[in-house]
Amino acid sequence: MEVRWSIFIIIIGMALVTFIPRVLPLMVLSRFKLPEWGTRWLSFIPISVMAALVGQEIFMHDGKIDFSFSNLEMLAAIPTFLMAVKTRSLLGTVVTGIISLMVLRYFM
Amino acid sequence: MSLSNAQWDSTAAPRDEDSFLKGVKDCIPTLLGYLSIGFAAGVVGKTSGLSIFEIALLSLVLYAGSAQFIAAGMIAANSSTTAIIITIFFVNLRHILMSAALSPYFRHLTPLKNMLIGTLLTDETFGVAINKAAQRQNISEKWMHGLNITAWLNWAIANIAGAYFGNWIANPQKFGLDYALPAMFIGLLVLSMIGRRKIKLDILVAIIAVVIAVAISTMFSSSLGVIAATIIASTIGMAVEKWK
Repeated sequence: MEVRWSIFIIIIGMALVTFIPRVLPLMVLSRFKLPEWGTRWLSFIPISVMAALVGQEIFMHDGKIDFSFSNLEMLAAIPTFLMAVKTRSLLGTVVTGIISLMVLRYFM
Repeated sequence: MSLSNAQWDSTAAPRDEDSFLKGVKDCIPTLLGYLSIGFAAGVVGKTSGLSIFEIALLSLVLYAGSAQFIAAGMIAANSSTTAIIITIFFVNLRHILMSAALSPYFRHLTPLKNMLIGTLLTDETFGVAINKAAQRQNISEKWMHGLNITAWLNWAIANIAGAYFGNWIANPQKFGLDYALPAMFIGLLVLSMIGRRKIKLDILVAIIAVVIAVAISTMFSSSLGVIAATIIASTIGMAVEKWK
């Protein structure tokens, strides 16, 4: 086992501060009856989180906003999105995204 | 795990629990993305001077994509232990919101069982699970473990492979594979909106989230962007729904 002590400490520390936000709400909130507005608020989290992640991924490059036609990730999102709407297949959407970007990179 | 005929019966009643194996199957769309990103994370770990054992440990106990890239970079730059841990805390803080959003579905379980579910929570497994919840109104504990453990092992294998073969493969991000996860989120976003029948409001919430996430990311950090976007957009969604 070639794990240096200093690295081990860093890894365990990082794992701990990552573990707490992952488990705490699940452990604590499941004990309480949430008020109606709380449940309503939580119901919008999935859409917001996923939209935020997609937005960062396709409209940004190296920390900068990029709406130009050289932003291939943004262009590849169009067929990917259409495929998702049309087929409702997650795997089909993933494959479409990969192929779209591959084709765009090849031609541009 | 008993392999009853029920799990092959696609017309099973909604009260019938999804099996562990079904969770493994429902993890398939995440596999490609994890393999390519995980491989890259292994390569980056190797180039920043980590040993293959350290990379294996990192991928198994930290189990967080962007955080591993940042950690490798900071370790390579000789950042202090405290600085690295604090940075990673903020990078992964967004899981707090995902964990909260999943909590209503596991209300019937003990805190310890909830802990086991949360331990392996990632952006992607959250997306798949919440999508399942929208379809079936419940999430089976066994199914969740199937999904979580599959994603986790796949991630670790990809990391170790990257650390091991990284020297021979110059650019693992070729072929558009790096687009597997963004594409999956596009799919999950569309699927969850279709499932909820609040399409106008959902589109509004999504647009607000995108604008805030991108704006905050340019000014501060991308993880803060996700957190701010989620809190503000969800609050607006909740308010609009209430006062309509």
